[in-house]
Formats: sequence, structure tokens, C-alpha cells
Amino acid sequence: MTLITEAVAPPAAAAPGRVQVSRGPWATAFRKLRQDKAAMTALGVLVLIVVVCLMAPLYATYVSKTDPFSSNLSGTITVNGEDVAVMQAETEGLGLGTTPIGPTYTGAYFFGADTQGRDVMARLLYGGQNSLLIAGSSTVLTLVLAGLVGIVAGFFGGWVDIVLSRLLDIMWAFPVFLLAISLSIVTISHGLVIGPITISSDSLLLPILIIGLIFIPYVARPIRGQVLQLKRSEFVLAAIGLGVPQRRILVVDILPNVASTLIVFAPLTMALNMITESSLSFLSIGVQSPAASWGTIIEDGQGLLYTRPLVAVLPGIAVVITVVALNVFGDGVRDALDPRAKLRVKD
Amino acid sequence: MKPKTRRLSTLASSLLLAATTLSSAQAAESRDALMKEHRGGVMKLNAHGSAGTIDPMINYELQFWQLLSMTNDGLLAFKKVDGAAGNTIVPDLAEELPKPEDGGKTYVFKLRPGLKFSTGKEITTADVVASFERIFKVSSPTAGSFYNGIVGAEACLKDGATCSLKDGVIGDEKAHTVTFHLTTPDAEFFDKLAVPHASILPADTSPKDLGTTPAAATGPYMIQSYDPDHGMKIVRNPNFKEFSVDAQPDGYIDEFDYNFGLDDQAGLTAVLNGQADWTFDDPPSDRLGELGTKYAKQVKVHTLSAYYYVPMNVNLPPFNNAKARQAVAYAVDRKALVGIFGGPNLAAPLCQHLPVGMAGYEPYCPFTKSPGTKWTAPDMEKAKQLIEESGTKGQKVTLIGDDKAIPKSIATYMQGVLRDLGYDASLKTVSHNIQFTYIQNTNNNVQISVTDWYADYPAPSDFLNVLYGCDSFHPASDSSINISGWCDKKVDGDMKQALATAVTDPKAADVMWAKIDKEITDAAPAAALFQPKRVDVISTRVGNFMFNDSFHMLFSQAWVK
Repeated sequence: MTLITEAVAPPAAAAPGRVQVSRGPWATAFRKLRQDKAAMTALGVLVLIVVVCLMAPLYATYVSKTDPFSSNLSGTITVNGEDVAVMQAETEGLGLGTTPIGPTYTGAYFFGADTQGRDVMARLLYGGQNSLLIAGSSTVLTLVLAGLVGIVAGFFGGWVDIVLSRLLDIMWAFPVFLLAISLSIVTISHGLVIGPITISSDSLLLPILIIGLIFIPYVARPIRGQVLQLKRSEFVLAAIGLGVPQRRILVVDILPNVASTLIVFAPLTMALNMITESSLSFLSIGVQSPAASWGTIIEDGQGLLYTRPLVAVLPGIAVVITVVALNVFGDGVRDALDPRAKLRVKD
Repeated sequence: MKPKTRRLSTLASSLLLAATTLSSAQAAESRDALMKEHRGGVMKLNAHGSAGTIDPMINYELQFWQLLSMTNDGLLAFKKVDGAAGNTIVPDLAEELPKPEDGGKTYVFKLRPGLKFSTGKEITTADVVASFERIFKVSSPTAGSFYNGIVGAEACLKDGATCSLKDGVIGDEKAHTVTFHLTTPDAEFFDKLAVPHASILPADTSPKDLGTTPAAATGPYMIQSYDPDHGMKIVRNPNFKEFSVDAQPDGYIDEFDYNFGLDDQAGLTAVLNGQADWTFDDPPSDRLGELGTKYAKQVKVHTLSAYYYVPMNVNLPPFNNAKARQAVAYAVDRKALVGIFGGPNLAAPLCQHLPVGMAGYEPYCPFTKSPGTKWTAPDMEKAKQLIEESGTKGQKVTLIGDDKAIPKSIATYMQGVLRDLGYDASLKTVSHNIQFTYIQNTNNNVQISVTDWYADYPAPSDFLNVLYGCDSFHPASDSSINISGWCDKKVDGDMKQALATAVTDPKAADVMWAKIDKEITDAAPAAALFQPKRVDVISTRVGNFMFNDSFHMLFSQAWVK
């Protein structure tokens, strides 16, 4: 590993016999991250959101006792000992309209029902699972592919760089949301068939693939730049001069240095991916019914803004909290792994 | 008849005539007084979007038919009055309703004298002939379904550009008559002449889609300007003189400003705030409660000759199995769907394909817990039994919905029903703008979809023959309105027989249509869901609101002063 190790300087008047401790760069970064209260709070929030969302099946089975994926338009529930219709027809005036039950703040329909009479709270938890899964998986896909493309293009240069860079340029030329929407519309009609692999139109793999692909240029370009820089650094030149095989240089000298950049990108990309997923699902071209994501729930709630605004507001708040937490945590990771960035800000 | 009786009869007739004349005179007097009091002003209309071309022979959207019905005229028209009487056909540019000749294959129309287009040019029989040829030259969407019975139409349908109806529509300028020859008797020929596609335009009108250019008008109003992205201005036709109060009454309002752009929420708010007088779009469902309580006086609710239904493709599995289709019809909770549409005051469950109020309608509901005349509850047990018997359980089914709020909600509900029945059901939502044509084209292999149908004119065949007739099924075409692809030769023959019978004996034909309705319902090429109502919201200053089946709110009869 050729990351410049940071020796923790001994105190000026170190006690005799005290051992001087040298930490690795990752340990130092981790220590810095742990000391960053904002980042740690954000991480705590993220962990809490993930844990709560993972409990969705338990909540639906034991608390709300409803099926969040089935319409319940003619159902009733018992609230304060009274049977109440889930979808309540207006009886006053001309008797127009039907309104889903509002928050009961009890087990079933804690936050009320949506237009299909489904439990909003249960759908929020299941929706969170899908939103987090898509955002997380697509982030991994983006980082792996962008890292690969950036490293290969930057390290090998020549025609490999030309081809890969132009491909990135072409992708970059499309406005990112327009590209996401176009790809979603095309694939959502008939699914995606790649050779023997078929992905159905309602599979979560589709939004994962699309979102994972569209952000590749935004990560691959800085990685390529960093690799070009590293390629000219003394330790790489020395390794080349010593006849170290290219593969070993890539794995031992280049990849670890690029890894910190990729890690800094991870939470920020995940935040971006979560917003993209919500946008696509809001437009009905992301997660498909009856599955839910926070984006689809916002769309479901769009027609209830006047009567049951919580249906749209709650998933919106969930997206905001998650994205803010990811950004704050991402800033903390960046500060921990790239102290110069923080110094620059301070200057 | 005995002499005494004849005298009494003559006396009664004279009294009736006197009473009618008196009542007409009073009506005219009262109308003159109302016209004096309320004439003038500008009515502001709103819609989220425009409805495409304003060519009267091409546009097929209710949004613009409402306007075209007061700017243009055909030989005949639906009476412009409130309620069911609005389904009556009255002479418009023609002097009177002609009697069928040659067993219903020939009609001779006499044009009213001295009528002019908004351009100042007099209306001639040559204009009438040219207008009917233009229907084929511009490929009007109903050229093949409404006017294909005119002699010569078949050739015109094949080659519209050179269309000549010299043997089918014959003008005699001296006698001021136009004679129509049909290949077969058509009981609905008058209905077809009363829709905007049969508008009479000047003979020199371009044989291409007029797009945003207004056609010459014959009604009390004419379109002055039209920009599909922004709006439309409709002003008085300077060359209009009221020739028939029934067919084309003069209007109270001086000008209509139609604004496009505000969505349904904003459009409704504008009306409630008095910034607009009416909005085309249905009120958003989350504001219905507020409208029915706080703004009840500004709300008008009317039953429509329409229905929501689920066509099932009888040529593709699993719905090529009648039991699978019947299972869907049994499983649907129509009360729940009525709730989605806005509750029992805005829709009513429907099991059959003729809506309530339509000629030939006889209440019939086999797909309910207690089969009979009324839907009571879904019968899931029976539905699941049918699915087992059909052997289609577990098959993949893709339901095609559209992206507008209510149709999408219905489709989401239907997906749940299909899953409950044991299908591996997925939902594909297609843009509202293309969904209707998408589900018609057999190339798209649509198994099941959710859609609606609004009558072009009030006749049972417009539901049964149009939606389930063999002639309406055109594989690989976007214009195959028999979406299910259901073609039963026996039922199709019955429908043709009913159409022929209606020429001479409409009542007997209605009995036949009732029987056909039951046969189609039993075969279940589609599951009927519910019959909707229309909600109009008007500003507080709008008076004399009139509504009929054909064109909904009659703008020319409303006032704002």
C-alpha cells in the first residue's frame, strides 16, 4: 500500500518508555470520522432508517395486520370500539367524493390509508426497503463500473482511453434525468432482454441498472484524472522502472489510492440515486405496482393533497431525511479521507 | 272515425294548435326578454390542454365538439335543450326531417333558403356535396364507421384524395335539395348527420386537415383565433341570423376566451375564485367533498351515456377462455370502483353494456352474488371456481392502464383482482394520450385493459355494434374499437337485423337490442364496471346552465350577465 502513512506525533513531553504508535491511513480516517459528530449522527439516522424499514414485514403482520399490497376499498376497521370504513363516502351536501381514512395513530392505519385503502405506514416501510435497496445497489454498480472504466482508461491510455472517454462523453452529453426517463420508458414496456437473461418490466433490477449506469461518467471522469496523476507519481514510475507487472501496479499502487475517492463518492452518489429513483417512481416509470417505493407513495398521495396530505408528505420527508443524512455522512467521509479538502475550505 | 268525433277531434286539434302557438309565442317573448337582459359579456373557459385540430370533420374530442356544435351546423342537429330532450334530432340547415324513401335507402333534404357562412358566402347544395366528399378526403375518423353506407363511399375509403360521391350525394341547386343514396337502410343515419363530422363547410375548403385554422362558421359563433398551447377566442358570427331555436339558437354571450394550461386543480380554483367561469377537466377527486358541501350551488351533476369497462382479448390466453373472462366479471367489486370514481352520487355499478337510460336498456346482472337485475356484491367464490375450471390459474397477465388519476386507480385495483384470482398479474401504465389506441392494436398483444366509452350519439348500437360488432375489429390497426376482438357471427347477425328493424320499427329494434345486450354480457368479452356522471363546476355569475348528452354544457345558452 503506498498511501502516505500518517504518524501520530508523540506529545512534546512524552512520558519515558511510552511506545510511539503509528496508525494506517484507514485507521486515521476512521478515527477522524468517529470524531465527526455530525457524520456520526447522520450515520445513526441512516442505520435507524434501514433497521425500521427492514421491520416492514413484522409491522404489517403484527401491528397493522393489513396487506399493504392489496386494495382494501370496501374494508372496515375498528377505531375506538367503532367500525369505520377505510374509504369514507362524503355524506354531507351533495355527497360527492370518497376520502381514505386519516391517521388513527393506533396499530392499523397509523398514518391513514391511500387511494386504494392501503395502510400508508406499512407501505412507507416497504417503500423504504425498495428505495434503499435500489439506491444502494445502483450506487455499488455505479462505483464498480465507474472505477473500472476510470482506472482502465487512465492507466492504459492510448486507444483504450480514447474509446472509453468518448463513450463517457456520449453519455455525458445527455441530460442525466432525460436519459434516465428515456431508458425507463423504453425498458418498462417490454422489460429487458440481454441474450439469455430476461428482466421483467416490474423487476427492481431495471431501475437499479438504469440508475447505476447513468451516473457512471460523473464518477469515472474524476477517477480517470486521478489515475493519470498517479501514473506520473514517483512510486508508480519507480514500480514501472523496477519491472513490476502492470496488473500488480494496478492492484497494489493505483487501486488503493483510488479507493478513497470511490468511498467519498459512495454516500453522495447514493443520495443522488435515491432522488433519481424517487423521481422515476413518481413518474410511474420506476418501481411498479403493487410494489412501493417512496416515489410511488408520493405519486399515490398526489391526488390526496387536499384531504390527506400526509400520504404524499411522509414519503417526501423520508426521502429528505435520508438524502440529508447521506450527504452529511458523505461530507464526513470526505473530510476524513481527504483532509486537504477540509483545509481548503478553511482557507 | 265518426263525423262527431272528427269535429271534436278537429276542435281539439285547433285548440292544441292555438295553445302550442301561444306557448311558442310566450316562449319567444320570454326568450326575447331574457336575451335583452342577459345578452353580452365574456365567458372564460379553462382546460389543462387543447384537443388538437379544430377541423370539424376531423376533431373527435368532446372538448371541442362542445364548441363546434355552436360554430358549425350539419343538415340535422341534436336539439339544443336541457336534459333528455337534447337527444331529439331536429332539422338544422335542412328545412325538415326527410321521410325515408326506397325502403330507407334514399333521403331528400331541402336546404333552408338564404343561409350564409361566416365569410358572407351563401350556403349551396354544392357545399353540402363537397362537405360529404371532404369527410373522406381528410380521412375523418368516422368516415369508415358512420358514412360508409353512402353510395360511393367504399371507393372513397380506398382513395380519399379522388373521392367522388356523385351517385351517393346529389345536389340540385334549382330545387335547393340534396339527395342521399345509401347502400343499405341505416336507422342511425340521422344521428350520424347530427354530429360535427357532418358539418357543412364551403366547397372550397382545403381538402387537408385545417389544423389551427378555423373553418367557416354557420352557427351563432365563430372561432377567431386558436393556439393549442395557449388558448382560443370565439366571437359572434356577423352573418348569423337565428333560423332554428331548436337546432342552433342564438347565444347570450358575446365572446368566449378559452385558456389552455391550468391543470385540474388550478383550473378548478380559478372557477371557485371567479377568475374563470367553467373548466373542462373533471374536478380532482380530493376536492369533490369540498365542492359538494361548500360550493354545492355551483356544482352540476349529470348522468352520462357512458361506461367504464375492462375489455379482455378473446384471442389471447387466458381470456380466450370464456370462464376466465366471466371470473373477472364476477370478481370485480363494482361498489369499490364507484368509490374510486367519487362515490354513489357520481357513479353507479353496471354489469351490462348498455348504460341506464339508453334505448333497449333492461336491467341485467348475471355477475353478482345474487344474479338478477341488480349488482349486489362480488362473488369471489364463484370467480375462483371458474378460474379453476378454466385451467388458466397462474398464467401471466399484463393489464394496461392509463396514467390519469382515476383510470390508474381502477387499473391498480383490477391488478389486485387478477392477483386474487390467481394470475401472475402486472400493470403497465401507458400515457393517457396513447392508451386508447394502444389497446386497440392487436400488434401490442394486450390481454386486458381498463378504458371507458362515451356515446357518440344516443343509440344502443353505438355501444353494442360499435364495441362488439365484427366490423369493428381490424387486426393490426390503431382503429379497432372492438378491443376484445370478439366476433360472434350469430350476435353480429342479430345486430345487423336490429339495425335494419330500427328503420321501420324502433320499438321492436329496442327489444332486440335488449336481448343482444344480455347475450354480449353473458359472453363477457368485457366486464362492465360502472356508469359515470359528469360534474360541472361553474362560477357564481353563470346563469341558465343547460346540459345534454350530446354536447354536455351548452355554452351558447348560458349567460354571464
